[in-house]
This record gives sequence, C-alpha cells and structure tokens, in this order.
Amino acid sequence: MPRRTDIRRIMILGSGPIVIGQAAEFDYSGAQACKVLREEGYEVVLVNSNPATIMTDPEYAERTYVEPLLPGPVAKIIEQERPDALLPTLGGQTALNLAKALHEDGTLEKFGVELIGANYDAINCAEDRDLFAQAMAKAGLKMPASLIVRGTYDPTNHPDHRDAADGEKLPAAQIDAQIVEALETTGLPAIIRPAFTLGGRGGGIARTEEEFRKIVLGGIDASPIGQVLVDQSVIGWGEFELEVMRDKADNVVIVCSIENIDPMGVHTGDSVTVAPQQTLTDRLYQQLRDQAIRVMRAVGVETGGSNVQFAVNPHTEEILIIEMNPRVSRSSALASKATGFPIAKIAARLAVGYRLDEITNDITKATPAAFEPTIDYVVVKWPRFAFEKFPGVDDRLSTHMKSVGEAMALGRTFRQAFAKAMRSRELDETPKIADDATIEELVERIREPRTERYDILLEAVRRGATDEQIHESTGIDPWYLAELRALALGDDPTPSDDAGLVRTFKSVDTCAAEFAAETPYFYSGWERPDADGNARHEVRFSDPPAPSVVILGSGPNRIGQGIEFDYCCVHAALTVRESGRDAVMINCNPETVSTDYDTSNRLYFEPLTLEDVLGVLEVEQQGGKLDGVIVQFGGQTPLRLAAGLEQAGIKILGTGVEAIDRAEDRGAFGTVLDTLGYQAPPYATATSLAGALDAADSVGFPLLVRPSYVLGGRAMEIVDDRDALTDYLRREAGLSPERPDEPTKEIFLDRFLENAIEVDVDALCDGESVWVGGIMQHVEQAGIHSGDSACALPPYSLSDDMIHRIREQTRGMALELGVLGLINIQFAVHGDDLYVIEANPRASRTVPFVSKAIGVPLAKMAVRIMLGEKIGELGLPREAGGQGSLGHVAVKEAVLPFDRFVGADATLGPEMRSTGEVMGVAADFPTAFAKASAAAGSPLPDGGAVFISVTDDDKPGAIEVARRLHGEGFRLVATHGTQQALIAAGLPCDGVAKLQDADGEAVTAVSEIAAGTIALVLNTPTGSGARTDGYEIRRAAITAGVPCLTTVSAGAVAADAIAAARGAGEPTVIALQDLNAR
Amino acid sequence: MSSSSSQTAYLLLEDGTRFDGEACGALRDGVTGGGEVVFTTGMSGYQESVTDPSFAGQLIVFTYPLIGNYGVRAAAMESDAIHARAVIMREAVNYADAPTAESGWLDWLSENGIPAITGVDTRALVRHIRDKGAMRGGLFAGSVDQTDAAAQVAALPSMAGQDLASTVTPKQAHTVGEDRNPNGPLIAAIDTGIKRSIVDELVARGARVRLHPLSDGADAVLAGDVDAVFLANGPGDPGAVDHVVETIRGVLGQKPVFGICMGHQLLCRAVGLTTYKLPFGHRGGNHPVKDLSTGRVEITSQNHGFAVQTPDGTGRIEGDEPVRWSTDFGVAELSHLNLYDRTVEGLVLPEANAATVQYHPEAAPGPNDASYLFDRFLDRIRTSGSIADVTKQTGDAAAAAAGLQTDSPSTDGASA
Ligand SMILES: Nc1ncnc2c1ncn2[C@@H]1O[C@H](COP(=O)(O)OP(=O)(O)O)[C@@H](O)[C@H]1O
Ligand SMILES: Nc1ncnc2c1ncn2[C@@H]1O[C@H](COP(=O)(O)OP(=O)(O)O)[C@@H](O)[C@H]1O
Ligand SMILES: [Mg+2]
Ligand SMILES: [Mg+2]
Repeated sequence: MPRRTDIRRIMILGSGPIVIGQAAEFDYSGAQACKVLREEGYEVVLVNSNPATIMTDPEYAERTYVEPLLPGPVAKIIEQERPDALLPTLGGQTALNLAKALHEDGTLEKFGVELIGANYDAINCAEDRDLFAQAMAKAGLKMPASLIVRGTYDPTNHPDHRDAADGEKLPAAQIDAQIVEALETTGLPAIIRPAFTLGGRGGGIARTEEEFRKIVLGGIDASPIGQVLVDQSVIGWGEFELEVMRDKADNVVIVCSIENIDPMGVHTGDSVTVAPQQTLTDRLYQQLRDQAIRVMRAVGVETGGSNVQFAVNPHTEEILIIEMNPRVSRSSALASKATGFPIAKIAARLAVGYRLDEITNDITKATPAAFEPTIDYVVVKWPRFAFEKFPGVDDRLSTHMKSVGEAMALGRTFRQAFAKAMRSRELDETPKIADDATIEELVERIREPRTERYDILLEAVRRGATDEQIHESTGIDPWYLAELRALALGDDPTPSDDAGLVRTFKSVDTCAAEFAAETPYFYSGWERPDADGNARHEVRFSDPPAPSVVILGSGPNRIGQGIEFDYCCVHAALTVRESGRDAVMINCNPETVSTDYDTSNRLYFEPLTLEDVLGVLEVEQQGGKLDGVIVQFGGQTPLRLAAGLEQAGIKILGTGVEAIDRAEDRGAFGTVLDTLGYQAPPYATATSLAGALDAADSVGFPLLVRPSYVLGGRAMEIVDDRDALTDYLRREAGLSPERPDEPTKEIFLDRFLENAIEVDVDALCDGESVWVGGIMQHVEQAGIHSGDSACALPPYSLSDDMIHRIREQTRGMALELGVLGLINIQFAVHGDDLYVIEANPRASRTVPFVSKAIGVPLAKMAVRIMLGEKIGELGLPREAGGQGSLGHVAVKEAVLPFDRFVGADATLGPEMRSTGEVMGVAADFPTAFAKASAAAGSPLPDGGAVFISVTDDDKPGAIEVARRLHGEGFRLVATHGTQQALIAAGLPCDGVAKLQDADGEAVTAVSEIAAGTIALVLNTPTGSGARTDGYEIRRAAITAGVPCLTTVSAGAVAADAIAAARGAGEPTVIALQDLNAR
Repeated sequence: MSSSSSQTAYLLLEDGTRFDGEACGALRDGVTGGGEVVFTTGMSGYQESVTDPSFAGQLIVFTYPLIGNYGVRAAAMESDAIHARAVIMREAVNYADAPTAESGWLDWLSENGIPAITGVDTRALVRHIRDKGAMRGGLFAGSVDQTDAAAQVAALPSMAGQDLASTVTPKQAHTVGEDRNPNGPLIAAIDTGIKRSIVDELVARGARVRLHPLSDGADAVLAGDVDAVFLANGPGDPGAVDHVVETIRGVLGQKPVFGICMGHQLLCRAVGLTTYKLPFGHRGGNHPVKDLSTGRVEITSQNHGFAVQTPDGTGRIEGDEPVRWSTDFGVAELSHLNLYDRTVEGLVLPEANAATVQYHPEAAPGPNDASYLFDRFLDRIRTSGSIADVTKQTGDAAAAAAGLQTDSPSTDGASA
C-alpha cells in the first residue's frame, strides 16, 4: 500500500500559542510532519498562530499562515489554497476541535477537503465522554462508574425538548436533577471532567456535596459542548499510559508504556512519570497492552498515534480505562524522545497511506517501523511549575493540569534517571524545609501533592520516616519508595560519588542494542569501565571528523523562558551544520524540536548544569576539535554557565563572559550608560528599611522594587508610597515587624516611569557594526512586563526622531559592550525622554517574532557572526524603521494562563506571567491587532455592551476609548464613578453596582458579565494587591471568556481595531511566503 | 534494595572478554555456571524466561536493566524448575513485598541454586554479542583466577549439535486437563520442553493434552483417540533430534498437526528443510512477523537461537509472496517471515493439514496478539476444519475483541 496519489496538497493545523497543557510538543510533532510530507512530495499548507515555532519557518511548508486558529480565518485559507486533505492530529486539542468545527460548519465538504489521520467519527468517539463510554462497553472494557451531566440541550437525549435549539442551555432545575443522580452513582469523592477541554480545564476533585455542585456547574461552562463527566474516584490507584500506533491495514504497535509515580488523582502532565513501566508483572502489562489496542480499534482511529490512559489497582489487578487521545500528545512526544521512535513522523506517513512495515526505522535504518521499541535504560519526566508567579492560587496538584513545562532524564537505573531529572528542573530556589520539622510534619506536608513533594519526601526519609508512613500519606507504590529511600540515603552513584563507576555515554536506539544504531542520540549513565579503566562510550563522531560547536539549550519550559529560545537553538544547530561543522545539542526538554535527533549532528539528552555539560564536553573534546560553545540562545540557563565554562578552559563563541557580566550587573551596566551618556531611570539599592525609605526619597515615588537576588523579573512590584514599600520589604525582603532596624535582603528601587511607552529592540552586532533587526512598540505602557505586553513592528506612533535615537543608542550599547551576535534592549519613551531599562546580551523572546515579521532569520545571522562572518557579508536588507517602513504590520500578543489558575488576579504587571504568544499580520496596525487578539483567544466584539471601570488617573483616557466605542454603536455600561465621568463627558452610560455595593439582589458588574450581556471589559487595576471588586470583575470576564483589557492604552488600540474591522468582513489572510517575498 | 555486602564477580566469554559486576543469587554461595550467553530484549517477564525450558543450558542477559521489580510467584512459572543456567543483569532487584509477589527474585534464585551477576554493563555486553555472535561464557567469583576461568569456559560444549531437548522431556507420557475436560479433544504433544502456558492455553479451550517423551514414536503418539498432534518448543539444536523428525513424518497426514518454535523447526525438517544457528538468535517480545498471505503484521514473543533454512539456501524470504514448493506431504508454503531479518516464521502444509509458527502465541512473556491461534486450532479440531488457516493473520479476532462487526462471519472464537 504505497502512499496515496489522489491527494496532493495537505493542510496541517498547529496548536497555536503555548498554554498550560499544550506546549512545544506540538511544534516538534508538526515540524516533523511537515518535513515528512514534503519529503513524500506533498505540498503542505500550514496554519499556526504561534510565530515562535519552527514549523512556521517559511521553509517548512509551501504555504505558511500565521493566522488565528479559528473557523473563519481557516475557512478563508482553505478557500484560497484548496488543500485536498486536512491532517488534524498533530496540533493538539486545538487542531482537533478546529477540524471538528470545520466539518460541522460544512467548510470541509464545501471545498472537498478530506480529514486524514482521524476521521470525524473517531474524533467524536474519543472526545465525547458519552460515546467513548459506549464504545468501551461494547469492547468489554471497564471504566470508572460514571455519569454524564449535560448543561445543554441535545436532541438525541431530550426528545421532550424538541423545540429547543441544539446547544441551548437547559433549565437549572434539569441540571440539578442530573447532579443529584450523578452524586448517587459515583459517591464522594468524585472526579469531574468537562468534555473537550484541554488539560482538564474546569474539572477537579469534589470531596463535599457543595464542591460537587460547584465544580459540575463550572465544568459545564468550561466545556464547549456543555457536558461534564462525573466519575467514581479511583484516587490512589496506579496510573499508566500506553502510546499506540495503528496503520490503515490495522497493524497496531505499542511504542511505549509510561507509569506515573504519583498515583491517580494527579494529572499525568503534573505527575513525575517513568518509562517504561516498572511495577507491573508481564501478565498484567500485556493485559494493558491488549486493552490499549482494543481501545484504538473500538474508537476507530484509522491511522496514527494515540494515547490510552489506565488506572490499575495493583492488589486486585483490576484495570480501568480512563481516557484516550486520538492524536499525538504531550505523552507521545515524551515517548518519542524516550524511545527514539518518532511517533509524529510515522503518524504523518501513515496518514498518507503507508503501512508500518513499509516505513523504515530511522534509527537502525535496517528494520521496519512495524515493531515495538524496547529500551535498556530508565526515563523519568519531571514537571516544571510556576506557582510563585501567581500568589493566592491553589497550588495543590489535582486532575487539572497546572505545570508549564517539563524536563526528562535518562539513566541506566531508575535512581540515576531520577536524580538527573531532579537536577534538570533548574529551580531558582530549592524548596524550604525547616531544620526542626518533624518526620510527622513532613509526612503530613506531602499528603496533598504539591510541587515540592519529592524534595520533602527525600528529606523525610533522611530524617527517618518509614516507607509505610510515606505510602500511607502519598499512596506512592512501595517499589518507588524503596528506590527513593536508596537515593535519599545516597547509596547510588551520582557524579559526586562515583564508587568505581564512570560516566558513560550510551545511545538511544529503540532496540536495546539488538541492531546497530545510526542515530547519534546519547545520554549518560554510570557504568563499570572496561579492563583498561576506560568508559565504554558509544558516541560516534563524523567520518571524516569535523570541528564541532556545542549549543546549550534552555531546559524545561517555564514562564519567561519558553519555546522562543528553543527556536533559536534549532536555528543555531542548522546554521552550524551549514557551515560544515558538527552541531552538538545539549538539552533536557522532551517537548522540543532541539531534542529531535534530526536537528543536530549529535544530541546529548542531559541536564543543563555545569557539571553535566562539562561531562559532555569532555567526550566531545576526545572526539576531535571543539570550536566552542554557544550560550546565547537558551535564555538565562546557558548564560549562567558561561563563566564556569570559560574557567574550565572552554571557548565561548560570540559575546564574551566579560561583556555578559557588564550587561547583567546593574552597577557595571550603569557605568556603561554613563560612559555613553544615555539615561536610565534613577535607581538605588537598599538593605534595610531606613535605607529603603531614604532611597525612596532620593529616587522618588512611584518606585519599581525587586529583590536583587532573584532572576527573571520575579517579585517585581510597583509601590506608590512609604507604607507600600514597608509592606513590600516585609513580604519579599525578610523585614521583621518586631525588629524593623535589622538588615533586610538587598532590593533595587527604580524610579517607575509612569505612562511611558516601552520599546523592545533586537539587533545584531559583529563588534564593528550593528544591524537593528526590529524595533517593537509595546501597546501596554512600561510597567507591564515586555513578555506580557502586546507589541507592534514597526512602531505605530513613535516619531522618526525617536526611532533614530533608539537606533543610535542600540548601536552605542552593542558596540560598547562588545556584543558578538544578538542583543536585546528594552527602552522606555517618557515624553521626549528616552530611558534604557535593560540590555540582554543574548537572543531574546522576540527573536522569532521579529524574524518572521521582517523575513530575516536573526538567530541564523547571529551564528554566522559568531563563526566569524561580518555583518556586511550577511546580505541583510535595509533596517526597518518607523510606520510604513515594512509594507505590513506585525503584532505580537501574549497569552496568559489566568483561566487555569483559580484564585489568580487577571492583571498585568512588571512580573511576567504569560505562557505563550501569537502573531497577527495585516496591512495596517488595527487589523493586525484584531487578528492577534482573536488568535490569543479574545476576539474583539463587533458590537454589544462594553463595561468600563477604571481608576481616576485613567478616566481621561477611558473617556476617549468610550467615545470611540459609542461611535461604533456600543452600549456603555460602567460602575458609578466611571459612569459619572462618562456622562459628564456627554456620553450615555448605564450604571451597575460595584460588587461591594450590591445588596444581593441588584445587578452587579460580575453578574452582568456572568450572564453574558457584556461583550468587552475595560478595567484598570487600582494597584493594591487586595481582592478588590476589580479582581472579581476580571475573574468573571476570564470565566465567561469575555475579552478583558486592563490598560487604557490597550483599550484605545482595541477601539481602533474594532472600528477598522467594521463592515470589512473576515480580514485578508496572508501567507508568510508572500509577505517576505516583498 | 541492594545486597548488604557486595562480592565481586565476573562474566568471562570464550573470546576472553570480561565483564565485571557483583555476585548475586547462588553465585554468592559459590555456585558458578557456564553455557551459551544469550540476551533477551523483553522488558518484563524475567520469571517466565528463566523457567522456560527452551533456555536450558544458557546464561540469560536481560537487556532491560532493572530485573526483579515485582518479585516471583507460582503463577508465573513456565515449568517446574529454573532452566536458565545463570542470569546476568545491570541492576538486580530483590523485592519480596510487591503486591502479587510470593518471594523476592534474588532469594528465589539463591534457593534454586542459580548463579547470577548484577552491576554488569549489560548494554556493552549485548553489543559485543550482537557483533560477535552468541558464545560460551561462565560466571565466576571475583577471586577466581581468570586463566582458570578461561579453561573452564573453553571446556564447555558448544550449542550447535547439542540435544538439550532430551534433558527436559518427561520420562513418561501423561495427560493434562482430563479432570477439567473429560470429554475434550485429545491433543498429543511431543514434549521437547513445552512451556506450561501452551498447555494451559489448550486446556483453557477445552482440550486434554497428552505429553509424550520425545523418544515416543508415531504409533505411541497416535495411540488412542487422538484428535490432533502438537509440536512443542524446546531447547538445543533442532538438528540433534532427528528421531523426533521421523516421528513427525509418521504422524503427518494422519492427524492435524500444529506446532510452535522448535516444533516448527522440526516440522520444517520433516519436509526436507534444514535448520541453522542464527548469529545471536531472536529473544524478546517485540518481533514483527508478517503473514505473506494477508500482508498483516503481528508483534510476537520469540525465543530461538536456530532458524529454518529457506529452500534457496539464503535464509531469507525476499519476495512478498509465500515460498511454495512440493514435498512428500504435498504442497508446502513458508507463509510467515520475521521483518527484522526476513527469516522464516511459519510453515503451512495444506494437504497434510499442518501448520507451525516460529513465534510464541502463548506469550508468557510477551504480547498476546497471536493467542487466537489456539482458538482456531481448537475450533478446527472440533469442526474437522483445515489447520492451514490457523496461522493466518486476518484481524478478525482483533476486531471482535474490540467490539466491532467483522465482514466475514468470524470463524474465530472470542479471544480468551
Ligand atoms: N476516576 C478517577 N479517579 C481518580 N483520578 C482520576 C479519575 N479520572 C481521572 N483522574 C485523574 O485526572 C487526570 C486527568 O484526567 P483525564 O481524563 O486524563 O483528563 P485530560 O483530558 O485532562 O488528560 C488523570 O491523569 C488522573 O490522574
Ligand atoms: N523604571 C521603570 N519604569 C517603568 N517600567 C519599568 C521600569 N523598569 C522596568 N519596567 C517594566 O518592568 C518590566 C520588567 O523589567 P526588566 O528590567 O525588563 O526585567 P526582566 O529581566 O524581567 O525582563 C519591563 O518590561 C518594563 O515594563
Ligand atoms: Mg489525560
Ligand atoms: Mg525585560
């Protein structure tokens, strides 16, 4: 069955911005699919709103659309490009839901587009909890006892409501009756899961009747089809996953088994997981395998990969099916990296008609893909969280995923892998465990799973806790507890204690060495050496030998250091290879393209600590000529290793260690600015309350304060007065209320520039000249972290003179610092003044966005500079300037995770909180902004009511926004103070009570938003961290999915965008290939 | 989980290569062991492997590093004893408290006098065997002089030409399943070292199984009301038991014949093919086997060091069609092949009403994809149907198990 010849053009949908539950793994799978399909001679039409992806590099498809992943724009692309088929299984839940919508609205039929990979019925069967349960029952497979609660009318189930429209909300009494019935079926605790949501959003564990009701109602709202599944709880059972692949001829293989160390009840995305499974007997494992295969067939996934999740009671050996995902997933990316079996690549081939036995195993090049990988090492995956950025949120781990990234580690034993995975987390601060905490206290602390549970567990063991105690409190399988005990008590070789074992690099080869492996994918383990005392390394170097360049990756995704950096690392690898050198990648993030063994000449899957990196470099140096290490592309992670590497005699390519220090150290950087005569906001440092108050007087309020010891914008706050400053010192700098005279931790106090325009610049420098790649004007004012602000390239309102000054100062700093490669600078434009906020001597978060917007791959150019070329030799176009200089406008918008963190205030500030970003491109700024908003998940409304509630300072600006929107036909609704200001300005405006004024009966802002009568919210925070009604308003908007703007500047831009969209219909869609051809 | 005091030990191969580790199992009590060193790639099922009689005379290297995680239990025995001569591991685990464990793995090895070694760089060892072929080797305490060890290894017999089946075959014929299935079909099995799971699968489907010593001739095998003959798995060189091949020639055409592993090799020899030693064998649970008559692929459990030579002498089936030729027993067809190396995996003799597979449909350890073979075998016995399609990979059984309608009204029983 060779590949299909009746299709020629295939559309692939990406997964859009990085959000919790949907991260870089879909760039990895999508990029693989694009490559494979083009190798097979198909034309690929790609849609993905996320510019920071490798798949959206124009070389990866014939036609690349960075457009919103919504039915409107995608239908337009389909009309324009006429693909023959749509492959929806590589872009996560987003792509699956979108494909479903395009089928349902008739677009696919209208343009004759065939769904390949998974058909509509299979998608529905796997995703609709009810249909899935029916299919499982038919196949004789067991699931936890459960019941569906429907919030909306469904003609097949409610014949008595023939008059209601499909999808219409059911009366509350009917939902209530269902809730009562469900509670009877499952008992408490119960697991509540909404249908068709990502990462379990809107679900949870109900332990009381009240919780039950609340979570069910919330889940109905969160589910796009208004359905939730209420499950009997099997918390504490073992949780297992199997990755299954099937081809058109019904051949099925299992790629990998994964065991969660955290038992059922902690989402697999938040669990520490192990591959292969460790605790099941062969007989029981084979039953899981048989069942996974039956699930695959019963659901009817025709081709490709799926993930099946199980709960297993280890004592009774009872097996229950939890769910299946009919597509590649986070787990399949993990399984691919864990085994070397590239699931997405093979899924793409299967989708176009190949059978598993017709596809060669990439790694052995001799055996077919129709087999099951067997591994001879242990893999541990560890989730990375970001709770410290969301004070007040519930940080207990539960059925709803909360982690923002993950690290994976391989070792020859479980303990080796676990220890490596712990190192790979790169925590900024290790969890605090009081010296005098008792065993009982520690054991209690891990009863409810939280991020630091294993650190505490290991410490509890060291202090004498028994396995029985820990098992009783955590439910963790005693096999793991015994292993963790051995690890805690240190009887396992680690790099610091090697007991006659040597660090040995082995390869990942899918087959436990049964066949020779061609693929250079390595990990380190600790092994006995050979008779001569040498490590039995398996690393193979190029023949003939080539000089090599090592690229350090960025480790687990986290807020502030995401996929953008991986994108840069991949570009670095490609460029190094083009230069005739061997690209060597070190990284530990299983989601990414950088850890695809195809990306570099040699991949080392290792933690990014100095010691682990030096371990790799030692082997690399044995192999031949190491030209140097690139530390500029992996964000802060490799930058922190630069000094240590240099001390070990390793050459750093590009900007040197001294220049890095001068840019990163506040004092040294101040001197640089002084030398150049550039301005920075006035600032001071303080280490006591008195010192801080003095400094505040000299610098002047408002102040932006931050602790000097934390990196990445953590704990940054704006304080307006002495009280707020004192409070800050108490919370973040260890000021003791009883002893206010004692020293505190060091803090920085910067003059906060109010209502300043923030500007981001990315530039290249070769030591002699500078090329400014992009000047981005932020939509939100300075004070909103650059990573969370929307921005436009080129700037939309800066004067030519200001742009000139920005460019000159960029040149000045890059040359003065001695940058070789990339530099990113943030400026604040305050009236006529230009201030430098900071300079980062490395690739920034915006590099992919700028590269796509201007059509110049900045990271690749930077590598060429590091390898010795001059800017003049790079063939760069003219620098882009101000408005109109590019022929189009690109807008980047941030995507925030507030909807996943119950309890988090949905406001923006100087601390970054976004997980991802999207790009909108159009001929004009307002249209580009509208596209970016839609792509980010808050499409701007074209009419209805706008609710406005702003601080006094913001009232003048808000009046102008209101006037625009009123002119566009919006009804104005406001809280009392704002209403008065609007009426005084001659605008008609309805009032609603603030939450706190309401006597229970009155209509409040919150109830209006919840009732769905508000189309747009403009609410600026009062600045106090307290749970004001502003907080409630913003949460209500997030919950109801109403776009919520929290700055007046964003409000003004949104008003323009709404006006521009008026009557224009669906905006034009533009392929990057056309954009950059200009 | 590691042992209290460590004792050094080593594995010495006949080519002089040495791998160091720590003694465990009965090696700690001074019991050493030598034989052919082979590796298996299954990630679970260690107890099933070491009790499989087909491993007689061999030292098993487990490629999966952690062995012993879930202990041992009576239900996982594939015979009454441990047949592997020794066990070589990266990290042995003695965990007696696993939910279904009756004893710890290492305790059990010790009790049964089986030497073992842990801490070995098994991956380097496997690469060595893969490149140089399976070879003889022995486990020795660290204190044993390497020259003495080398002499002992050199004195070991080589696997080729060894009749090990005779060492595991029963002394007398006896019948299993009579109490459960007093009126069930009677299957006569030539017991060259049959795995308990095979017997269990047949009995579970209603059969009585009469196990014969391999010295029994065709008359003894066919005596009584025999409904079918089964050819079992077993250890050693299939070329060393030609008297069994004669017995098979005597039963072919008389009764339906079905066979597994060594049984397959012997049936092939009975129709004129030869067998030869593979460089390092097929052992594990992930081998893809393709049925050339249907084009489908199944993932199989495998454990064999010898293979069937193709009529053209290449050892490989290159085409996409079954290899057909005529024999004393009518047309023969090499129907299945291993996709790793295109070696022979199945034979069908439609006219003699016989079929065999090289792989293990009884799994234990390994995948159950092929368990429907037993369903069909019993079904054909009961309906006097043709054995020729017992081994056909059609997917009907799989579809039925998933609750789906199949086009052809399935001839399969529901999967057990
Ligand atoms: N019946 C149940 N009892 C206990 N925990 C459960 C149950 N069902 C699901 N879970 C937990 O919730 C998590 C998420 O559920 P799942 O159905 O996999 O949703 P998602 O689509 O978010 O992956 C699972 O990983 C598991 O730990
Ligand atoms: N003096 C200032 N006045 C106004 N806003 C500021 C000032 N300094 C920093 N900011 C804001 O805080 C954000 C984060 O500060 P920055 O120094 O860039 O830290 P990070 O290292 O986290 O990027 C900036 O993007 C900017 O919006
Ligand atoms: Mg799940
Ligand atoms: Mg910054």
